[in-house]
Amino acid sequence: MKITDYMKNNLVILDGGMGTLLQEAGLSAGEHPEMWNLSHPKVIKKIHLDYFDAGSNIINTNTFGANSLKFSPSHLDKIVKAAVANAVSARDESKAPQEKFVALDIGPCGKLLKPYGDFDFEDAVELFAQIVRAGDIPGVDLIFIETMSDSYETKAALLAAKENSDLPVFVSNAYGEDGKLMTGADPAAMVALIEGMGADAVGANCSLEPKQLRGVITELLANASIPVLLKPNAGIPREIDGRAVYSTLPDEFASDLKEAVTAGVRLIGGCCGTDPEYIKKIKQATEGMIPVPVTDKNISCVSSYTHAVSFGFAPVLIGERINPTGKKRFKQALIENDMDYILQEGINQQEKGVHVLDVNVGLPDIDEEAVLSRSVFELQSVTDLPLQIDTADAAAMEKALRLYNGKAMINSVSGKESSMEKIFPLVKKYGGLVVALTLDDDGIPDTAEGRVAIARRILARASEYGISKKNIIFDTLTMTVSAAPGAACETLKALEIIKNELGCHTSLGVSNVSFGLPGRDMINGTFFACALEKGLSAAIMNPYSAEMMKTYYSFRALHNMDENCGEYIDFAEKNPLQPAGKNSGSAEFSTTGENSNTELSGLQRAIAKGLKDKAGELTQAMLDEGLDPMNIIQDEIIFALDVVGAGFEAKKIYLPQLLMSAEAAKASFERIKAIMTSDTSVDRFPVVIATVHGDIHDIGKNIVKLLLENYGFKVIDLGKDVPPEDIAAAVIENHAPAAGLSALMTTTVPAMEETISLLRKQAPWCKIIVGGAVLNKEYASRIGADKYAKDAMETVRYTDGIK
Amino acid sequence: MDIIRVKNYEEPPFDKGEILRYMGCRQASSQTMDLIDLCIAEIKDKLSYKVCFRSMSMEEFLVLGKNKKVPFGSSALCANLDGCISVIIFAATIGIGIDRLINRYSRISPSKALCFQAIGAERIESLCNLFNKELKEKKVKEGGLLLRPRFSPGYGDFPLSVQKEFFRLLECPRKIGLTLNDSLLMSPSKSVTAVIGIYDRICNEKTAARSPRYEVENTGCNACPKADCEFRRK
Repeated sequence: MKITDYMKNNLVILDGGMGTLLQEAGLSAGEHPEMWNLSHPKVIKKIHLDYFDAGSNIINTNTFGANSLKFSPSHLDKIVKAAVANAVSARDESKAPQEKFVALDIGPCGKLLKPYGDFDFEDAVELFAQIVRAGDIPGVDLIFIETMSDSYETKAALLAAKENSDLPVFVSNAYGEDGKLMTGADPAAMVALIEGMGADAVGANCSLEPKQLRGVITELLANASIPVLLKPNAGIPREIDGRAVYSTLPDEFASDLKEAVTAGVRLIGGCCGTDPEYIKKIKQATEGMIPVPVTDKNISCVSSYTHAVSFGFAPVLIGERINPTGKKRFKQALIENDMDYILQEGINQQEKGVHVLDVNVGLPDIDEEAVLSRSVFELQSVTDLPLQIDTADAAAMEKALRLYNGKAMINSVSGKESSMEKIFPLVKKYGGLVVALTLDDDGIPDTAEGRVAIARRILARASEYGISKKNIIFDTLTMTVSAAPGAACETLKALEIIKNELGCHTSLGVSNVSFGLPGRDMINGTFFACALEKGLSAAIMNPYSAEMMKTYYSFRALHNMDENCGEYIDFAEKNPLQPAGKNSGSAEFSTTGENSNTELSGLQRAIAKGLKDKAGELTQAMLDEGLDPMNIIQDEIIFALDVVGAGFEAKKIYLPQLLMSAEAAKASFERIKAIMTSDTSVDRFPVVIATVHGDIHDIGKNIVKLLLENYGFKVIDLGKDVPPEDIAAAVIENHAPAAGLSALMTTTVPAMEETISLLRKQAPWCKIIVGGAVLNKEYASRIGADKYAKDAMETVRYTDGIK
Repeated sequence: MDIIRVKNYEEPPFDKGEILRYMGCRQASSQTMDLIDLCIAEIKDKLSYKVCFRSMSMEEFLVLGKNKKVPFGSSALCANLDGCISVIIFAATIGIGIDRLINRYSRISPSKALCFQAIGAERIESLCNLFNKELKEKKVKEGGLLLRPRFSPGYGDFPLSVQKEFFRLLECPRKIGLTLNDSLLMSPSKSVTAVIGIYDRICNEKTAARSPRYEVENTGCNACPKADCEFRRK
């Protein structure tokens, strides 16, 4: 019998701990338990046999830590095969009457994935793939991924299982006392990811005792439409006579698990500290119980590495600003590979209150596949919002979905057969909530009925790919009301039918409605309100639009989605109806000052005091008055920075203040850059900077970058862990007169030296400045640098003197 | 060798003086203090305070250190552990939340990144201090045992490569979610591993005379030869 058939109608008993039993059998501290598959096969087999005899339906192979970080490939293959053989022979020998299965056990690799660790996602997929390939052999009934404490690693393992085997897969995570994984994901986020990728069971194991996992189990059961498994620890170990004794004894453990089964858990066993006695007790305690049926929770959601966002309750706001269409500054950022600008857009929108970020980086002549996946990866290192991946390039879509940490929103598929053929397999493989546009090869139907007919076809086609309707969200397409009177009515009518008759969620790009009309914001806001009233679940929108946000907060307050109107009140207080006169604040600012800075102008003082918003506003006011940008830069920004810089050099002010001033200056620069065209650029010569190969510390380098930019240099920031040849290539390509290299660790100074000698050979014109905690003047000259800069100001002063 | 134990701690009180020191500030402006308050408010609920530890006899530690007298070939460690009867090795971490904040702000606000960096350093040191204090009280109760200052791989001539041994013995990834990178740095980054020597003042006259002075003279900045360090305590 297949395990997937057996688990349909039966409560499944899993096995218990392995480590504690091996220690009792003589495994020494720090020894790899997996080695015992080869050195002590009888001991391993006996443990498996005892579990079968105690009543386990499924036992896990002794391969928890069997991976290529610990063993060579051939050794690994031998260990995994021996482990399977031990488990299979235990099953063959056991006379226990129940159905018996063998699971290939996969535990975490012990390394943290990038960006917070140093292990690459694809390397992790390959590591798990090796185990799957070695262990997917006759006798194995399923793959059991367990004790994962990071969502990204969970995804890597599940992807490896799906790509290298047809066996059923169970996935179980280790939750902490806060009910989250070590890297922050809550149970709803994990269900979204794991179920989305097609696992056969989801659950929790290890780390805590059953009672502490109650909250996690409740969450898993509320969100999962697949069976839930539970394999807790037997509490906390205490040492008695040199033995670990666990605090939850078998009877209590069994009664706790019985309670979990009553609540809906369908697969139960134990983890650390449990032994066959525990399994016997839970088997007895649950004898004859009929497991609660698995129901489809019908949740439409996306997730990030921390949380899930569900559709169909309060409206979901999808920020549209990461998109170059019609945005000069954004296009420039993309062409210059200025990732920080894109990240800032993401963070700004999050601060405005959006729930999901749309990511579109499509431009002609851009390597969209590379830029999109880099943007997704980098955005996920600065924001925990789920992302909507927005591209027409299927290859770029696949790469981004693969790398995405969570269940992504996919923008988009349409009723065109060619579109569905490309996108649906990706939805099926990587999971995701896909936006379906109600258009097909004949274009956009004029009538609501026409669009609904396409929606029905899309649903039918999706179901052939095994994609259920909860993972499809329809966009009934906003048309421009000034060009086609009545078009807005059809869009609204279509979404109402789709919601009520098809039972699906809807999303709209709201802003299209107002093209060609004055005061676009006003009509957008009202159209948004109309759509919400018809049941719209989500909107792709501009969160900087006051009208849209007003509508959103008001709608939630009116529809009892905002307790005591709390968020509405908060929003209203921050956004008064009658905004104060544009310059009144700044006038007041420039007249009231503190003694020390009285000789400074308003903007100079804003920069000196590190007031970001104020500096931006004052700069804008000056630009609006028609002042020459070059004068603003020289007389205001650079002047103020020099004052602050001199204070820093005299040790009168310290680094945090210098940085706050630099950030304020940057805010000024941003306003100036926004009105500049490529021929009126304010940039001085280019400077290439990087943290050297092998080093991942970049705070110092980022500080240098900020200050150099403040002084008008065009900084080409290659990031951290950059190979020498990439640095040389960038210096040559930009014919940069200066390069800055940073290293924090002694172990990466050789990489710095190597980079310098390569630059000397390939770019002899380039002055090389080095800095970082491990360096000093002597060391810098020994490795051939032109300049050791002890801090960012010194770098600026030196670079300033180059030309 | 004892079993591995895990402890979760409540948030230790913040020491703003230490945060300022780690930010390189000898004097704080009101903007800097505002920045610190803002960052502390943002960090609430994003940290966890976890320690895993294991005790072993001096003999066991010397076997681990593959040297009968000078464990791991480190004379600095040997001096630190002189006269000890047992040791505790531990790993502590405040979790990944701080790395997320540092990473986020290093891209958009280096001043905040610097501040979170300093808060992280202060947090992990406070956690270690809390763990040490508890341990000290417990050991005193157990019969007048005393602790040496904690000593980490990478201090003096105590090789950083010992991290691998510590991680193997403490099962850090599974116990507290702490991992080791190829370059022997830890992720989450605000983490500490160390060994603490335990000695018996009564049983060991020879070391007893030396120990209190040793503790004063060889802890914190006093133990470090880098006299021109910006962060050195005066």
